[in-house]
Amino acid sequence: MNKGKAFIKRLTGYRLFLPLFCLVLVLFSNLIKTPGFFEVTIKNGVLYGYIIDVINRASDLVILAVGMTLVVAASGGTDISVGAVMSVAGAVCCFILSGGQQSVNEFVNPYILGVLAAILAGILCGCFNGFLVAKLRIQPMVATLILFTAGRGIAQLITKGQITYIRVESYKMLGSSIPGIPIPTPVFVALIVVLLTYVLLKKTTLGLYIQTVGINAKASKLMGIKSAMIIFLSYAFCGLCAGISGLVASSRIYSADANNIGLNLELDAILAVALGGNSLAGGKFSLLGSVIGAYTIQALSTTLYAMGVSPDQIPVYKAVVVVVIVALQSTELKRMVSKLQMNVKSGKKVA
Amino acid sequence: MKKREKIDGKVFLLIITILLFLVMYAAGLIIFKSKGFAKPQVFLNLFISNAGLIVIAAGMTMVMITGGIDISVGSIVALTCMMLAWMMEIKGMGAVPALIIVLIMGIVFGLVQGFLIAYLKIQPFIVTLAGMFFARGLTAIISQEMISIKNELFLKWAKSKINLTFLGGTVNKKGVVNYSFIYPSVIIALIVLIGIFVLLKFTKFGRTIYAVGGNEQSALMMGLNVRRTKLLVYVINGFLCSLGGFLFALNTCAGFVEQAKGFEMEAIASAVIGGTLLTGGVGNVFGSLFGVLIKGTIETFITFQGTLSSWWTKITIAALLAFFIILQSLFAKAKEKK
Repeated sequence: MNKGKAFIKRLTGYRLFLPLFCLVLVLFSNLIKTPGFFEVTIKNGVLYGYIIDVINRASDLVILAVGMTLVVAASGGTDISVGAVMSVAGAVCCFILSGGQQSVNEFVNPYILGVLAAILAGILCGCFNGFLVAKLRIQPMVATLILFTAGRGIAQLITKGQITYIRVESYKMLGSSIPGIPIPTPVFVALIVVLLTYVLLKKTTLGLYIQTVGINAKASKLMGIKSAMIIFLSYAFCGLCAGISGLVASSRIYSADANNIGLNLELDAILAVALGGNSLAGGKFSLLGSVIGAYTIQALSTTLYAMGVSPDQIPVYKAVVVVVIVALQSTELKRMVSKLQMNVKSGKKVA
Repeated sequence: MKKREKIDGKVFLLIITILLFLVMYAAGLIIFKSKGFAKPQVFLNLFISNAGLIVIAAGMTMVMITGGIDISVGSIVALTCMMLAWMMEIKGMGAVPALIIVLIMGIVFGLVQGFLIAYLKIQPFIVTLAGMFFARGLTAIISQEMISIKNELFLKWAKSKINLTFLGGTVNKKGVVNYSFIYPSVIIALIVLIGIFVLLKFTKFGRTIYAVGGNEQSALMMGLNVRRTKLLVYVINGFLCSLGGFLFALNTCAGFVEQAKGFEMEAIASAVIGGTLLTGGVGNVFGSLFGVLIKGTIETFITFQGTLSSWWTKITIAALLAFFIILQSLFAKAKEKK
């Protein structure tokens, strides 16, 4: 009996317990609602099915969540411009590849040039955010609010208010699949980003520094760590991730749709980080937790879609989940609850 | 002596804002002279089309003085418009009960957000970000289609012109005199503005708001009830959001999901441009009024120019916001060095 209790306690104390538990919960709720959820078939040489769809669609979010995790850990703030930066990156890429035309059937400029320009645009946006937050010490939410609103405007200007189409097979590969490989390409992109980031954080002291700065920026500055630089880099990196994610999203629809690429994804990315057991106040972080969080969110979205909920309405449920998770993390709530328990206990004694 | 310097810094930011507005307006007078920019009506239109924003910016200023922020305002405006349209057109309710329900909704929204922020000490950004998506999603749940408002009483509120005869009028071809006019919404907005000004300047509650924003710890040690003050500020802000949404609806006479997108940015930018510090403790609703007027002037420019995309408004506002934020932080750094 005692052993069982201790086992459960150890299990729930494990860092990744909450995100994994949520993921399993969401997936199993599907088993009851939509029995065909786990069926996988092969169509045109590509794996096909709800579960594949979750893994595939979650890739954009996983990439964003990686960047967001570092931003949250280092600065204790969030970058709400990621969705808009995605649309900027998509617009830049399509602009270069189409040479400014509205629809093309072959690349006007080399593919690699478009990709590099898009990633560069993402990094530049990240640097702008990082400059405002790290150098000018502006609250992250306000600093990133600037690009959150203006970003889509910039993307609109680049595409001249139209949707730029790139009707070239090789452009679609990044977002769909490469012939001969049954697994969708975005999965690989996400995997590469996660692995590279993981190695970068583990093999260098960067991961440790980010945590240190996040726990106490002043103290780490006194220790000789360039806090401002670390925070700046984390925002630049988040911009890079948003750029890559924007490329994938744009390739999925082989066009640059400034209004819809990355729409509402900023909330998903923050939610993924929170669900991954990371404190939104900064400090210690778990990259793996965020990645699992991202898959959970996508599973939740796909589940809701499968139940016939419209995309416009989904944010309602997600917003509630965010508030609940953050409220559970709140130390004030714990204090209130323990106070209440004390009152109940002392009340019993008196009786 | 030290106190004097501090006041000078605050006034300086406000003076820059007022000067910027005057310069912009003067530039408009010169550039668009042939298109009739000099008419008094053009100036009055700034108030007419931004009545809702004036109210919301006043609420935002209050929230920002406490050191918080509210980015849910745009979505709450959309929700308000949609609820008004839905209740009056689909459910056939009267305009007055619909208005009362909407105002209560705003207060409840503020109460929940305020509780989470003041009592559970969750970052205001996170709470209001969730609120932003929640309200927008709720709008979509009520109706995905646009609903136009055709309620007679509501349209009467929206379209009854108040002629300002003392400003003079123009005689059109048929010989009818067209006076410059405003709508009732402008009067409501100005009353709210003055009300909030008095509340902040001359009441104990108002001074407490400044104290909380200036230094929360000191305010707490002085025996001020920090939590209750913050909660009340968010409740008042929620009320002002729904009232602002109502004024907004008077202008558009419709409710749809994409309405008032980016409104939070305009409200925050207006407050910041008007001299409210992001760090809290400093701010003035009349400064925010000038922030709103500057935004309105940019919009008027774009309308008069005719060929520029409306996205330019958002980009210019964002650039202005960035500029003023940088200015503020330079001031803060200069102060630290002293």
